[in-house]
Amino acid sequence: MRLYAAAVFAFLYLPIAVIAVFSFNAGTHASQFTGFSVQWYGKALSNPFVMEALRTSFIVALSSALIASVFGTMAALALQGRVRVVADALFYIAVLIPGIVIGIATLIALVTLFGWINPLLALLGPEGQAPQLAMGYGSLIAAHALFSMSLVIIILRARLAGMDRSLMEASADLYAPPFATFRQVTLPLIFPGILAGFLLSFTFSFDDFIIAFFVAGSETTLPIYVFSSIRRGVTPEINAIGTMVLAVSLLLLVAAQIILRGGSRKGAS
Amino acid sequence: MQSLPHGTSATDPDTKPLIAEFRAATKRYGDILAADALSFGIGKGEFLSFLGPSGCGKTTALRMLAGFETPTSGEVYLDGERVTDVPAYKRPVNMVFQHYALFPHLTVADNIGYGLRQRRPRPDRAEVARKVDRALEMVRLTGFGPRRIWEMSGGQQQRVALARAIVNEPKVLLLDEPLAALDRKLRREMQIELQTLQRQLGITFVLVTHDQEEALSMSDRICIMQSGRIVQSGSPTALYDQPVSRYVADFVGKSNFIDGTLMTRSGNAGQVQTATGHRFAGRLAGPLGPGANASLSIRPEQIGLAHAARDGAEPVTVINRIFLGEHTEYLVRHAALGDLLVLVARQAEAAEGGFAPGDAGHVTWAPEAGLILGLD
Repeated sequence: MRLYAAAVFAFLYLPIAVIAVFSFNAGTHASQFTGFSVQWYGKALSNPFVMEALRTSFIVALSSALIASVFGTMAALALQGRVRVVADALFYIAVLIPGIVIGIATLIALVTLFGWINPLLALLGPEGQAPQLAMGYGSLIAAHALFSMSLVIIILRARLAGMDRSLMEASADLYAPPFATFRQVTLPLIFPGILAGFLLSFTFSFDDFIIAFFVAGSETTLPIYVFSSIRRGVTPEINAIGTMVLAVSLLLLVAAQIILRGGSRKGAS
Repeated sequence: MQSLPHGTSATDPDTKPLIAEFRAATKRYGDILAADALSFGIGKGEFLSFLGPSGCGKTTALRMLAGFETPTSGEVYLDGERVTDVPAYKRPVNMVFQHYALFPHLTVADNIGYGLRQRRPRPDRAEVARKVDRALEMVRLTGFGPRRIWEMSGGQQQRVALARAIVNEPKVLLLDEPLAALDRKLRREMQIELQTLQRQLGITFVLVTHDQEEALSMSDRICIMQSGRIVQSGSPTALYDQPVSRYVADFVGKSNFIDGTLMTRSGNAGQVQTATGHRFAGRLAGPLGPGANASLSIRPEQIGLAHAARDGAEPVTVINRIFLGEHTEYLVRHAALGDLLVLVARQAEAAEGGFAPGDAGHVTWAPEAGLILGLD
């Protein structure tokens, strides 16, 4: 049984470890370690295409995570105590649906929508000068925010359900009007959940390839750049980029876990 | 006043002016009638308790006063003003919650100062700090201000919750089973502390509890509730000595009940006959007539236990003996009446000699000790 577990872990993590190790390879071969070096990190970070893709990924991840956190929080608050089972099931399904389905569905929905709206927009200005909707930042951010919102809602619903309702009543009893209660009691108590949701959303968007591939239009996010580079062969430079993305993602996920744990200790007492 | 049978008044008209009043306040949750046309007043400076089992409507009454529930019909008045639809945050009352509901993200001092900081215009920091310190002193927690809530013990959290409410000098302080989560010894201490505090501050206290001892020991007046109605209201002594029904007698103190039929009645005296043909005389308070199902209630301390048979004494067998210090509690069995609880004072037991389980004995009680009550 032990051996079996070890084999499973090796199978899961060894390829990733190999990528990390070879990102420090001095040579150009992706399968032959010739010496330690960080030159590929320098190469990756000075490659203007990589930097451009990184910038795109960062903007999309930040915007979609912000939107998901704000609207996800509002949705979780509005759905408090209502239709528990149905709502929870729907949000879990939204998270569990394969990315390719979300990608295709979003693409079809947006193309159809643009097909309706663009002719109307064309009426606003002369030929070629009227604003036209197209795939790009907007569709990337929207698709990621929509998916991440489910994550935020699931986290916050769990947190709100665990919160003592009498705390809100106590605040009202102590003369705080509804919004003051929200600002002074509800928000501070669910904030760790919001922050964790934000970090998870950011990580998801930053790492996502499948959905982005369908709706990115002419934009290139980091995962899309990596994918297209791999077609020309795996280089240590790609390994370096992969390792950096991995490090940032792990850091954010661990931070989200710590925030959720620490927050629940406080909230529960 | 229909909810108050037997002409019992929920308000003492000759006492203090009213600080709060319910006028036919009714609360329905779907098919459930949690409060059934409650009409009663609460006097200024009074310590009033709502006593009853869970689901009797006592918490609903308290929550209508706090503003967490709006009556389905009827009115609620606070200090002469109609507050039926006024939200909780605009009512000059404060509540001590059952599980304290202290804010876990704030310090002890910030919890206590919370209500003061919501005032507009906002009082300055120094004034808030001064009032918070005085409240901490009042609940004997001086110096605990910077602590976190989870660093406090259950008893300390209870006192923080109390301080957080009284610091606002509410017109009425509402207490929702505040001592339920404390252990027995701490509960006794807090009962005394609450009573002392109430006298010091002169604030009206309204307590909700299912613990009769708590209600009896602290209150000026107790409202006994059953199915959303007040079945009797009065001083602890009045409820103990003159319960209007078997339900009340059973809820306030311990009592023995002998069920039967009311045979005769003349004025305030009557006779109950049991199914086994035994007849007992007793006092009669309610509007019961001959033929009604009735129960003879005799308090355990009013029954005498003796070795020798005397006139009118009933033979019993001792089943169990519990030594309680000042008193000894005997459980005795009568062939026809079933088990009876007898409380014998220490001196009386010394004079008569004790009983061991299995001993034969005889019980007697004065005819006026028996109280004939309706069964509802």
